[in-house]
Amino acid sequence: MKSVRIGAGLGFYGDSWLPIRASIERGGVRYIASDHLSELTLAILQKDRQRDPGTGYARDCVPMLADLWPLAAKHGVKFVLNAGGLNPEGAREAIARLFRERGWRATIATVSGDSVLEKLDALREAGEALSHMDSGADIATVRERMLFANAYLGAQPIAEALARGADIVLTGRVADAALTLGPLVHELGWRWDDWDRLAAGLTVGHLLECSGQGSGGNFGSAGAWAEIPDYAHLGYPIAEVREDGTAVITKPPGTGGRVSFDTVRQQLLYEVHNPHAYYSPDVVLDMGTLRLADEGGDRVRVSGASGAPRPARLKVVGGYHDGWMGSGIVGFAWPDAYAKCEKAAEIILALARERGWTFEDTCVEYIGYNSLLGANADPSHRDELNECFVRIAVRTKDKKLADAFGRLFPWLGLSGPPYIGTMKGVAPAKELLGIWPTLVRRDLVESKVEIGMERVG
Amino acid sequence: MKVPLWKIAHARSGDKADRADIGLFARDAETYAVLKREVTRERVAAHFAAMISGPVEIWPLDNLLALKIVLNGALQGGAARSLRMDNLGKSVAAQLLRMEIETGSDPGQTPVSRR
Repeated sequence: MKSVRIGAGLGFYGDSWLPIRASIERGGVRYIASDHLSELTLAILQKDRQRDPGTGYARDCVPMLADLWPLAAKHGVKFVLNAGGLNPEGAREAIARLFRERGWRATIATVSGDSVLEKLDALREAGEALSHMDSGADIATVRERMLFANAYLGAQPIAEALARGADIVLTGRVADAALTLGPLVHELGWRWDDWDRLAAGLTVGHLLECSGQGSGGNFGSAGAWAEIPDYAHLGYPIAEVREDGTAVITKPPGTGGRVSFDTVRQQLLYEVHNPHAYYSPDVVLDMGTLRLADEGGDRVRVSGASGAPRPARLKVVGGYHDGWMGSGIVGFAWPDAYAKCEKAAEIILALARERGWTFEDTCVEYIGYNSLLGANADPSHRDELNECFVRIAVRTKDKKLADAFGRLFPWLGLSGPPYIGTMKGVAPAKELLGIWPTLVRRDLVESKVEIGMERVG
Repeated sequence: MKVPLWKIAHARSGDKADRADIGLFARDAETYAVLKREVTRERVAAHFAAMISGPVEIWPLDNLLALKIVLNGALQGGAARSLRMDNLGKSVAAQLLRMEIETGSDPGQTPVSRR
């Protein structure tokens, strides 16, 4: 039976591409599916593009391909990356420039048309409410502050770009798993209404989209995390997918990490809401019928995916300006480390009050005590901590106020409680973004999707 | 007897909009039956009362010996507007593992599947 091996690329903008070498050299992969865009990465790219219109893509794709392409070309490996971000053509130009400089040959495709920021008003006129998916709020409340709004496209344009001969496919926003589903459909010849096979492909894509998290990274557990071998050389997951939709998740030989029933099911349910209706642009997956069989030797067989027809609407995620965060961190050594942190917070907040500063929200957290565990921190050793840091963050519409807040902290160095540890924590104002998930009729977006092809060399 | 979840299960959490979501995984079928019975929406809501403003949803997955738990209104509106250190909700699963449940007999301490 026909099959194809696909390897995970990055799991976020800034992730390491070094583990991909092992997947290409000895993992037998034909494709690397690389996810550079988290839910809000487009906000970073939007800021880049405001400064320089030639940017707006995930720039790590250029050094990544500079490093990996000679090896990939030798092994006949293709790349599908959503590193195009807000400017897939810009990413293509940058990569084409690199390839020309090095004398390399490749056909580079772009998939664009996912951005709907400029079309929000037209979509409203076409009858789309664009109200918030969860709260039902009217988009008019944030329309003027919207920084980006992109539809999640599916795997079809990726499969088409590959069919036209692309070696590298650069997309903007697509469903993360589409980066894998596209090559699967292209290679295995699945029909776009074969819901169970598409669901199987979606499952595999979901298992690959978070790089090392699919092969033992971030293995959430008490104690068991320490048994994951050789984190420093953790291999990214690889899927071997057969024509019938069954797959084996594995990783390159001789790498760290672990692929087991436990590590694979952790990734399977990661950032999933209703597991019986896991939506994608191409199919809706029911995880309730999946079977994971641990074959040992870092191999887990995945089968039994059930799919329902693709949704009539695509998900759009927008991000809007939502004020500023001001913050500072200060730490103290024993004795009374926690008590001194509490005192420092009391002083800082009193100084802010006396200046007449008011904030929409204030967050006081004690690093080393409760900054990650919140109300579920164990208070029994609180007063005997060796050391403790306090971090105070405030929310305000006023950027100057957010900047000024952090500057209250250094004064504590000579005039506050004793055994102060650091003054490195004074942070400049940070822009906060609200997220606007909504739905839009797919034909209104898909009719505008464009595939561009460029042959270099 | 009362047992904290970390002794008998493992968990990973993440974020989507204003939700934190957790996968809670039992080491075996017997433990899964206990989790399914004891890890209720009410108990999880009480455990996270200080942090969440919306309802808790739970889906049991018999095929994976796992519970999918979603905490609505858990991230101060979403990761990019949250003021918290853990704005992405990555440690929310650790918080859950501190929850204690009633197990009947002593289950020992084995959070992961035996091979």
